[in-house]
Amino acid sequence: MSNHEQHTGSVKAYVTGFVFSIILTIIPLVLVLNHMMAKSALVVSILFAAVLQFVIQLFFFMHIRDGEGPRYNVMALVLGLIFVGTIVVGSIWIMSFNEIVQ
Amino acid sequence: MQHSIGAHVSDHDHGHVDHEGLKVLGFWIFLVTDCLLFATLFATYAVLHSHTNGGFTGKDFDVPGFIIETFVLLISSFTSGLAVLQMHKGNKKGLIGWLVITLLLGATFVGMEIHEFASMAAEGATLSKSAFLTSFFTLVGTHGLHVTFGIFWMIGLIFQVSRKGITSVTTRKISIISLYWHFLDAVWIFIFTVVYLMGVM
Repeated sequence: MSNHEQHTGSVKAYVTGFVFSIILTIIPLVLVLNHMMAKSALVVSILFAAVLQFVIQLFFFMHIRDGEGPRYNVMALVLGLIFVGTIVVGSIWIMSFNEIVQ
Repeated sequence: MQHSIGAHVSDHDHGHVDHEGLKVLGFWIFLVTDCLLFATLFATYAVLHSHTNGGFTGKDFDVPGFIIETFVLLISSFTSGLAVLQMHKGNKKGLIGWLVITLLLGATFVGMEIHEFASMAAEGATLSKSAFLTSFFTLVGTHGLHVTFGIFWMIGLIFQVSRKGITSVTTRKISIISLYWHFLDAVWIFIFTVVYLMGVM
């Protein structure tokens, strides 16, 4: 039964995660709708807010640290994120080169 | 291999608990493969988003619409978490209640998305109009299909919980759909940022 008895979050953790995710949604919205920054700085800040919110979902809601023994779910996720980065960043990089030579 | 499975079945109590944990891990691996699906669609969108063929561009997105959609999904992610908390307390009514609220929020989200797509199509912004719109409808539509699938899945689980109660099997199933729902919210955060916010910028 040990798997089920693990801490699976509390109301406090969920509310904290929820408040953080609301704040991290409102900040980029306000930044974009009020044109508050130069374009490249704006892109970096809203992407940073999105990544931070993804991390909050993983820890506060999806309980990625739950369970005993080797954390195969974390290993799978890290491998997945490496693939995701390669596909997205690699595609943009290759296609931007394509635009230069054309 | 055959032998070890037989040994597991005879040792029923132990094998059962292990398998429930293994099924949750299997679902994490499914989520990673789903990440790869969305990554390819995001990469396609990133490459094609400037090819608008003189038509609909990111600046034409309905701003209040996608803000409401985002908050509806965010709240539904929170309520699906509350459902899991009620389940761990053994409160069957609370569990079903929060699941119903979650799926109503999910249905609101899908309804708003269908309305958004239909009004875009009415303005002539269809899938075949430009490369931008093709990649947009494919990326956002794939996410919407995931949410729709989750709604039907949740309806099935509500029936199962109301008939069988909170058992080790239904506990695992509810934990898994909660993971799925949080994951869809995480994917939407990136659609919100990359597609909508960068679109209207």
